[in-house]
Amino acid sequence: MTAFIFRRLAALLPMLLAVTLLVFALMSLAPGDFLTPVKAQRDINPALIAELQKSFGLDRPWYEQYVRWLGNVLHLDFGYSWTYKVPVAQLIAQRAPATILLSLTSLLLAWVLAIPLAVLAAARPGGWIDRLTSVAAYLALAIPEFFLALLAVWMAARTGWFPIGGLSSLDHDFLSPFGQFLDIAHHLVLPTLVLGLGGVAGTLRVLRANVLDVLRAEYVTAARAKGLPERVILFRHVLRNALNPLLSTVGYAFAGLLSGSLLVENVMNYPGLGRLVYEAFIREDQFVVLGSVVVGCTLLIVGNLISDLALAWSDPRVRYGR
Amino acid sequence: MVADLIRSLLRRPAGMVSAVLLFFLYGAALLAPFLSPTIPSAQDLKRTYHPPTGLVWQNGKLSVRIYKLVDPSTATYEPILGRTAPLQWFSKGASYKLLGMIPSDRHLFTVAAPACIYLLGSDATGRDVFTRLLYGSGISLGIGLVGVALTSILGLTIGGLAGYLGGWADSLAMRLTEFLMAVPGLYLLLALRAALSSRLPSDATFLMIVVILSALGWAGTARVVRGLVLSLRERPFILAANILGQRPWTILFRHLLPNTFSYLIVAATLSVPGYILGEAALSFLGLGIQEPASSWGLMLGQAQDIKIFMLNFWWLLTPGVAIILTVIAFNLLGDALRDAVDPRFRLPGK
Repeated sequence: MTAFIFRRLAALLPMLLAVTLLVFALMSLAPGDFLTPVKAQRDINPALIAELQKSFGLDRPWYEQYVRWLGNVLHLDFGYSWTYKVPVAQLIAQRAPATILLSLTSLLLAWVLAIPLAVLAAARPGGWIDRLTSVAAYLALAIPEFFLALLAVWMAARTGWFPIGGLSSLDHDFLSPFGQFLDIAHHLVLPTLVLGLGGVAGTLRVLRANVLDVLRAEYVTAARAKGLPERVILFRHVLRNALNPLLSTVGYAFAGLLSGSLLVENVMNYPGLGRLVYEAFIREDQFVVLGSVVVGCTLLIVGNLISDLALAWSDPRVRYGR
Repeated sequence: MVADLIRSLLRRPAGMVSAVLLFFLYGAALLAPFLSPTIPSAQDLKRTYHPPTGLVWQNGKLSVRIYKLVDPSTATYEPILGRTAPLQWFSKGASYKLLGMIPSDRHLFTVAAPACIYLLGSDATGRDVFTRLLYGSGISLGIGLVGVALTSILGLTIGGLAGYLGGWADSLAMRLTEFLMAVPGLYLLLALRAALSSRLPSDATFLMIVVILSALGWAGTARVVRGLVLSLRERPFILAANILGQRPWTILFRHLLPNTFSYLIVAATLSVPGYILGEAALSFLGLGIQEPASSWGLMLGQAQDIKIFMLNFWWLLTPGVAIILTVIAFNLLGDALRDAVDPRFRLPGK
């Protein structure tokens, strides 16, 4: 098992190399750079610009810049944000927890809602729960996240029940620890609902199909013949086996959440990685983009790894390491 | 095979209804210049944030109410009692080119000059939301079709080659697809978008978005086609073709790939929404279709304007409803197609 974990983490390296190389190449293909708006100002001395270019390493060809950046990353130096004037590592350390928190709450919402609903729906295929949930899932999968986010912000603005954006109130620092927790929870409700809804629908559909599959197994018939109550059969025996395929998709679900949170964070003004990356792309703040991409991909791989480990833990037939 | 598909589709109400809905949507998109009362870039700065104009039946003619601006700061318009302007059918208006080539200046309906018709209200510069919605549907729906066509060709070729050739070509292709599927898509989308220059004419932007979305989207199709080819090439009829001495290319393109078509039709239908949503997301972020052209995503992005947000929220949300309807229709159609295809062709991975 340890060998398996190490092998997976080792696979992270070539992937990160490939992604960062790709992003770096693409960004340097883009016309202009961080200094373009500076150059457009007429009263700035060309000598100063040349000096700035030199200090940022912008006068070098892009592959040389990339190698230099890689060398710095090996020393755990992710560079310096040109727009925020702080080290990239510090910037990401501020933002990443918010995105991880949002992804986790959305994932939690998806599972907490979808698991009981899917089991109940599959228990009586064609029953009213089944019909209702499948129609709802159909609708939920068709609504773009950013549209839902817009609706949520509008609702918040109209009713005042929820904050319009952000992760904490102005007076957050002056609240008691419990008050701070409540404050953040209050801010998280809408983004979680918006981001989690698609997850609920997706999980529901996959899980329902799995449960239906497992229900046909012979041991279910055996359990029924033994006289076990249907509730026990469904939630103790069937659900456990039906969850396995779902566990292995958590990693990909996480990828979807990272992409989705980019949009939702931008609409809902949520201080996470997604908004950081978007703004950095717009301003061509190269090192921030690269740093965020590295963190995003690492999160993904780790998410995949955890889901594989959870699968091995829940399903004794799955064994890694050989 | 196609006739079979259509016949079994006709037997499924959900598939039928969505097929008809999509037919109308695409029809409306093609005829957008004719169906809309004006052109999408026509501004009227005296009638910004106009509410949807009411239609009444007066003097035996369908007429549109005339409004007066009561309070410019909150964009409050009130209908003037009793004053209306009759609709003119098939009348002359702004000239356009239908389908990009037939010049014409006839519009399905307009109203005479001082009056105006805003079926869905007007936006911040007094442009007709209904017209922009219709013109935008051409772009949003078009990207879905073109994108899926490109993706299918890419996925079919790469997946087919990988499955048939095996060896290093196979593992190279599969590593590439794994890479594409493991990286958060929007990050790559942003990177690609940054690389391709930001100020392009709208046709070029359209093409660029399609290319970007397809470049990221072929991985799933390629993997499934590869899986299908892997299992198909062990079948007796391929063995027979081999023994008959047919060339590998002939076998691949004449015998193997056509057998994946029924899967491909289903997969293509089900992946159209992905492209429509992808374009909408890009345009929403301001990185896709640019003004003065219009698309559903772009219009949704404009709904973030604070004045619209507080005053006229619902009118600009119509593109959102249009997106949802289209996506549902494609999903229903895809599901119906899958049910129709399934008895003869078990889909792998299901």
